[in-house]
Amino acid sequence: MKSLKEYEVVIVGAGPAGITAYLYAKRSLLETLLIDKGFIGGQVLLIDFIENYPGFPEGISGYELVERMKAQIERLGLNFLQEEVVKLEIQDNYKLLYLRGGEILKSKSIILALGASPKKLGIPGERELTGKGVAYCATCDGPLFRDEVIAVLGGGNTALQEALFLTKFAKKIYLIHRRDSFRATPILQKRVQENEKIILVLNTVVEEIIGSSQVEKIRIKHKISGEESFLEVSGVFVFIGYQPETDWLRGTLELDSQGFILVDKNLKTSLEGVFACGDCISKEFRQIISACGEGAIAALMAEKYLNEVFKK
Amino acid sequence: MAVVKLTDQNFEEEVLKSSTPVLVDFWAAWCGPCRVIAPVIEELAEELTGKVKVCKLNVDENPVTPGKFGIRAIPTLIIFKDGSPIETIVGAVSKSTILNVLNKVI
Repeated sequence: MKSLKEYEVVIVGAGPAGITAYLYAKRSLLETLLIDKGFIGGQVLLIDFIENYPGFPEGISGYELVERMKAQIERLGLNFLQEEVVKLEIQDNYKLLYLRGGEILKSKSIILALGASPKKLGIPGERELTGKGVAYCATCDGPLFRDEVIAVLGGGNTALQEALFLTKFAKKIYLIHRRDSFRATPILQKRVQENEKIILVLNTVVEEIIGSSQVEKIRIKHKISGEESFLEVSGVFVFIGYQPETDWLRGTLELDSQGFILVDKNLKTSLEGVFACGDCISKEFRQIISACGEGAIAALMAEKYLNEVFKK
Repeated sequence: MAVVKLTDQNFEEEVLKSSTPVLVDFWAAWCGPCRVIAPVIEELAEELTGKVKVCKLNVDENPVTPGKFGIRAIPTLIIFKDGSPIETIVGAVSKSTILNVLNKVI
């Protein structure tokens, strides 16, 4: 068994929750590692413009916010590993993290800040046409649909915010939602209703995405009348919520029915010495600011745990 | 070697007529994930000198080429060999992922 260095805290996931946990853990002078299979920043990198993070009165792009957060932890010495964790195991008071590449990390405590990824529709054509008109990121892909007709799916804050952003490029947007009203915050609903480029298609679900090499049209169904029809669009932007990537934890710690990690109010998971924060935990709202707040608490709880269990 | 800057005008010469395999990064300044992988692309250009020509094309300044290759998401990386696209990677992926794909085809 090839074993790497021993840590006091290993933080899995480098979005805002993980970055903040790292900041606090380093300031507590703990031997800390930040690990992510992707890049530092997580989903925030996909956000065009953030207006609800305090301290930036003019708003800030997701990329800029991440650069600032990253600069702050770099000042403390950044110990970052780009690797995927595939298994968590408890060995006495220690936790073992098995990496995709075969190595094993040993740590006294773990903070899971795994984040979430956009939920898929699970309909025919979606997977085949991803990157060919089916998109989950308006910032990245929106400008490639200049003067085209597209569909935006969803009824929450993300869907409405991104539909509004996409009006900068597309000439017409069908905003398709399965219910008769939106969950999104009222200010966004008002902006959407006032925007002439956005056409609301309510009580409607998308059944199929059709196209040979690129998206050409979608088959939609009205939920009340049952009537089916087609809409000609070249892009389908999907914002129907998020799913956590916690399959590798199933059977190891307690998850809710959707796979989000169950925690108590101090962010303890069902495993002693393992904490969780940010979008991967079971909760009502997912915001950058709350992810950061939870990251701080998770790190302080980890420190408290280390003092209680390891220093006596 | 430094990353080669492509345009709609020099694409054919630099990519389609290249004798070595070519990795093209389709990107834009407004795309956060594109900026995140930019340093990775630069590292690859250095490390693969003589083996793979590493290039980037700004999709805003050069609208014709992305249209030809059906680019609907960025960053998109396409590997060209003997004038034809042979592999496509969509999204910001790690350096090791890019290298794995490259090693399979070169």
